[in-house]
Amino acid sequence: MTLDHSLAANALSSGYGSRTIVDGVDLELPPGKISVIVGANACGKSTLLKTMSRLVRPSSGAVVLDGAAIDKVPTKKLATTLGLLPQQPIAPEGIAVADLVGRGRHPHQKMFRAWTTEDDEAVAEALTATGVADLADRSVDELSGGQRQRVWIAMALAQNTDVLLLDEPTTFLDLAHQVEVLDLLTDLNLSRGTTIAMVLHDINLAARYADHLFAMRAGKLVASGAPSEVVTPALIDQVFGLDAEVILDPVSHTPLVIPRGRHHADSRPTHIGAPA
Amino acid sequence: MTGLETSAATIRAGRIRRARRRTIASLVLAVLLVVLAAAMLMFGNTFYTPAQVWGVIVGQDVPGASFTVGTLRIPRLVAGILAGIAFGVAGSTFQTMLRNPLASPDVIGITSGASAAAVLALVVLHWSAGATTALALGVGIATAVVIYLAARGGESTGGRLILIGIGIGAMLDAVVQFLVQRASEWDVAVAMRWLTGSLNGVQPDRLWPLVAGVVVLVPVILGVSRGLRALELGDASATALGVSVSSTRVILIVAAVALACVATATTGPIAFVALLSGPIATRIVGPGAPALLSAGLVGACLVLGADLIGQFAFDTAFPVGVITGIGAPYLLFLLIRMSRNGGSS
Repeated sequence: MTLDHSLAANALSSGYGSRTIVDGVDLELPPGKISVIVGANACGKSTLLKTMSRLVRPSSGAVVLDGAAIDKVPTKKLATTLGLLPQQPIAPEGIAVADLVGRGRHPHQKMFRAWTTEDDEAVAEALTATGVADLADRSVDELSGGQRQRVWIAMALAQNTDVLLLDEPTTFLDLAHQVEVLDLLTDLNLSRGTTIAMVLHDINLAARYADHLFAMRAGKLVASGAPSEVVTPALIDQVFGLDAEVILDPVSHTPLVIPRGRHHADSRPTHIGAPA
Repeated sequence: MTGLETSAATIRAGRIRRARRRTIASLVLAVLLVVLAAAMLMFGNTFYTPAQVWGVIVGQDVPGASFTVGTLRIPRLVAGILAGIAFGVAGSTFQTMLRNPLASPDVIGITSGASAAAVLALVVLHWSAGATTALALGVGIATAVVIYLAARGGESTGGRLILIGIGIGAMLDAVVQFLVQRASEWDVAVAMRWLTGSLNGVQPDRLWPLVAGVVVLVPVILGVSRGLRALELGDASATALGVSVSSTRVILIVAAVALACVATATTGPIAFVALLSGPIATRIVGPGAPALLSAGLVGACLVLGADLIGQFAFDTAFPVGVITGIGAPYLLFLLIRMSRNGGSS
């Protein structure tokens, strides 16, 4: 299974032009786990993910997959191990869901080779796993935001990679759909053993869904570990510059960050609508 | 929300259903092309029966027909088909790659560049077909590079690329007019060819660069069309799917620009064929896959159809580009839509 694959950043720096955004990051994604990269806006978390998926070239250091720097691996071969769902993928006008998901098969196909049963099976599995099997023949244009995000995840699944990186997979989704997408990714991690790494904005969802958190500030990695170990008021202050309390999430018993803010502080008892 | 399960067989059935529609639509286009081609060979000042035309094609000596069909109509037909394919494939490649229906080589000034070079080489310098094509190619690619350099950087590169291209195209069209007027053999027919495109007076011995261009470049583009399909999803997705984005794009741009330029060097920039073929082909074969080859077929049908109309529908014969010029309202429609969408089209 996927425990064989390791993706790591070694003293990795990258940026745009002469501007350094990611500054000397060392990290290794725990194989078969869900890792989440968190941090304030413009801390470099998205650029780190883009560099790890070779969309941005390192200015120094390297991204290493199974011991080999990824810019030395032929891009097509790499695409059979390392998948990426970018923040804003583009669906061609009028494309059917099954056809779009089928495009995820690209790295497994050769020029002029006919479509194989294996390809059809991968598409069917991906559609079933993401719960959009009934939409297979529909046009992607007609779908809602939540359905569309499922279809994109299905495309990444059809690519059948053991490592999957996702750049803010929950942006533009309402809370219910955010939870739905994160539950889906957890399903995939549990059933397929896929190593997942993603950037999330919401620290509380990150703390709930991550096995392992990477916290970034100004291009550097400032904390790494299980959410219950690393999410502390001190870290929230360091990473987000936010005064907050951290309590236990009553549902998942993971850390829950409660911002203090300048207004609304109140000392009366809490727990509105807790189960009786 | 758990969706139903699906099986490989269901996926396969849906995929085959959509593919079959594309195949049937392409066959219909091919049949239409054959009908138009036959009409072009049969009709003219003198009508020749299919049997006579066939006789000429297989090399028999048919009185009258051998000259009219063999020397006049067949070169005209070949030029029309090949230029149509070249403009259709080149336009559709650009539109798909840049994800913008306006990004066609005739709208963004590339064919104007090729046309200015061709008129300079042919009308002013009296160069050979090969040298003319080479210059048209060079200037066409240079035009593309200039437009790209002027448009790059910042937000909304697509919209800016198109506006800059339209501006550069207008400048180059002025160059064409200037050159045609300065040349001693100034006449309306010559001017029309280099401004809107024409199949009049195509000479068989001047066709070979176009033949070679289509035979070489169309397969090159089709060869990387799988990469183009990934590029449609955006650069990030294409990279994630294992496509070398920059090299695929360079191959596609160079091949498509070259195709448009060799066609322009032979027939002039036949108006709007490159712009219209891709969207028409998509309408006919259905969305969801780049319709490069069908766009080529549509391009050829447009050129032949428009040339037949131009020759026979009116009291005076018009060159093909005047007839395809009725595509202008579509360009207007796209421009209005682009300005409403704030340049992103």
